[in-house]
Amino acid sequence: MTTSLAPSSADGPLAYRPVALVDLLDRVLGTGVVITGDITLAIADIDLVRISLRALVASVGALGPPELGELPGEPV
Amino acid sequence: MSTTADPTTVAVGSWLHGVVRDADPAALAGVAGMDGGPVRAVRAAGLAAVVSAAPLTEYGEEALRRNLEDLAWLERAARAHHAVVDLLARSGPVVPARLATVHHDDTRVAAMLAERRADLSGTLDRLTGRGEWGVKGYVRPGVPPRAEAPAASGGAGAAYLRRRRAQLTARDEGQRIAAEAAAAVHEALAGSAVAARRHAPQDRRLSGAPTAMVLNGAYLVAGAAVEGFAALVAELTDRHPELRLELTGPWPPYSFVDGRREPAR
Repeated sequence: MTTSLAPSSADGPLAYRPVALVDLLDRVLGTGVVITGDITLAIADIDLVRISLRALVASVGALGPPELGELPGEPV
Repeated sequence: MSTTADPTTVAVGSWLHGVVRDADPAALAGVAGMDGGPVRAVRAAGLAAVVSAAPLTEYGEEALRRNLEDLAWLERAARAHHAVVDLLARSGPVVPARLATVHHDDTRVAAMLAERRADLSGTLDRLTGRGEWGVKGYVRPGVPPRAEAPAASGGAGAAYLRRRRAQLTARDEGQRIAAEAAAAVHEALAGSAVAARRHAPQDRRLSGAPTAMVLNGAYLVAGAAVEGFAALVAELTDRHPELRLELTGPWPPYSFVDGRREPAR
């Protein structure tokens, strides 16, 4: 698969780093096997992501103005 | 097998962390469950579901609806769940459960294992010896978008109009270039991965990144290919100076258990 590439040093970029919450939420909310728990059936049905997104949106609202300038040098 | 439920105390459900072929009780002793208590294995149908106690006052449907909207609660739950899944992933294949999968008791968990045995077992086979890696791509600050040099013609007015048009389109052009670079990077990484998918780019106000994210990729990579994959990330960084790439992992294979819906049976 990648045999044509030289392997990086053993302790290069693969060292463990603390997990960022946003990276974790990408994975534990949007993915993971959907097994319908009998208690959380309704939550699974109306989409867990939407419920928890409200928490993110609320906290984002408290953090600052809407995301504007997407590029360096662009006035925000 | 069922949760001991004293009727005078609150009902306690079973929070599912993930499914493995077998779980070593000694290893499970090294991590705390959702309520800080022990993590245990429920064995059935040749599989083991790893669960922990979930008092329904906090993890019942109504409570979950409320708590999932509380970012501090959500973070604590996500980290507690991840700590267990990550521990499992370090000793073999695991099918991570989505956050907030709660059963009434262990008997119901065992029934679920029996019912879903075939697809869970197949997924564990597919994940064996493989790990998930994340590659995020950000627009690199200070690298101006490549612009085609306009043909030098016309006078000062035409030059002004060209400049003005260039200013107005620079942002669109920069975004287009970044998006194309992200697609090229994703394609190259997917070529050296067993499976690949793109998550939605993260909001900059949540990630704290100084520039926009244009790639939020997840890649399932065989253990023997990990060093080559990391080298490819470095190579792609050189090839695409307009992007800053960031490698994260190894992750449990959250992005590759394909659980959008339960399979039709």
